[in-house]
Amino acid sequence: MAISDIGDIQVAERALQHHFADMDQQRDTSSFGMWMFLLTEIMFFGGLFCAYLVYRASYYQAFVEGSQKMNIVLGATNTAVLICSSLTMALGVRAAQMGKPKLMVILLLITIVLGFGFLGIKAVEYHEHWENHEFPGPNFHFETGNPAHPATDPQHTQIYFSLYWAMTGLHALHMVIGIGLVAWLVIAGLMGAYTPHYSNPVENVGLYWHFVDLVWIYLFPMLYLISKKHGG
Amino acid sequence: MQGTTESVGHIIPAKLYVAIWAILMAMTLTTVLVSFVDIGPFNIVVALVIATIKATLVVLFFMHLRYSPKLTMATVVAAMFFLFLLLGLTMTDYLTRAWLTNPGY
Repeated sequence: MAISDIGDIQVAERALQHHFADMDQQRDTSSFGMWMFLLTEIMFFGGLFCAYLVYRASYYQAFVEGSQKMNIVLGATNTAVLICSSLTMALGVRAAQMGKPKLMVILLLITIVLGFGFLGIKAVEYHEHWENHEFPGPNFHFETGNPAHPATDPQHTQIYFSLYWAMTGLHALHMVIGIGLVAWLVIAGLMGAYTPHYSNPVENVGLYWHFVDLVWIYLFPMLYLISKKHGG
Repeated sequence: MQGTTESVGHIIPAKLYVAIWAILMAMTLTTVLVSFVDIGPFNIVVALVIATIKATLVVLFFMHLRYSPKLTMATVVAAMFFLFLLLGLTMTDYLTRAWLTNPGY
């Protein structure tokens, strides 16, 4: 047995909590706990998706007009940025499992940079909407500019924007938390906390990061791509 | 230290991750391009089908579900079931209300 293997097993022994029989059981339990948490997160976002479906069914045309104010280039770019960050996260978890802490730290740092990239692009979009009075509240203003459908009520488009800000805002909050968690992994990784025998925290934060990507995969078509065809 | 050597998770080849990433990027481009083409009610169908394929790939490979214990799979199925209850039962209400006030609608 190589010396580094003995070191690994010592880290694993320290990581094994007394109420688990072995590392295997501990790993499965921690993974299961994370998935249960993600289940509650799905129901949490599910409420917003449900509100979106109900109002979209009621005020379809007003939602189409709202979605046409979305910057589809920035939205698609952000989707790509998130998918890239999921790749670097997945490779980071892989590096941790293979016992390559330096590679893991590098990949996780790239993930953090991509996460900030997403938030930066989102901030540009938010700024545009804010400048255009597309934030719900007393200053909300919306011209139903489509002469083919003059019947839409700006109040109904305001519902679209309320949901847009709530859903993307909650998603952005998850991104901020995710970046914080990945930063914590980077620091712990630099201190040598993870080995091939003990990488549950890296795996669980990875699950969280991919889940946040997953939410965006649905938010993007639902908020941005409702109906470009009616544009112009 | 029984079991420690087994506690290493299934390691997926990096090539597979990159392949999944390439498919996800291609599907994102596809869904954006399709949204500019008018195919009537199928626009939303195509957008949601593509999103669901993307989500499935992320869950199966990036989130390792394909290599996870059955308990994890049961958790995911439970999540989908309860989400279906939430969305499905709500919509059976809202989408059918007009039937009462507008017979024949």
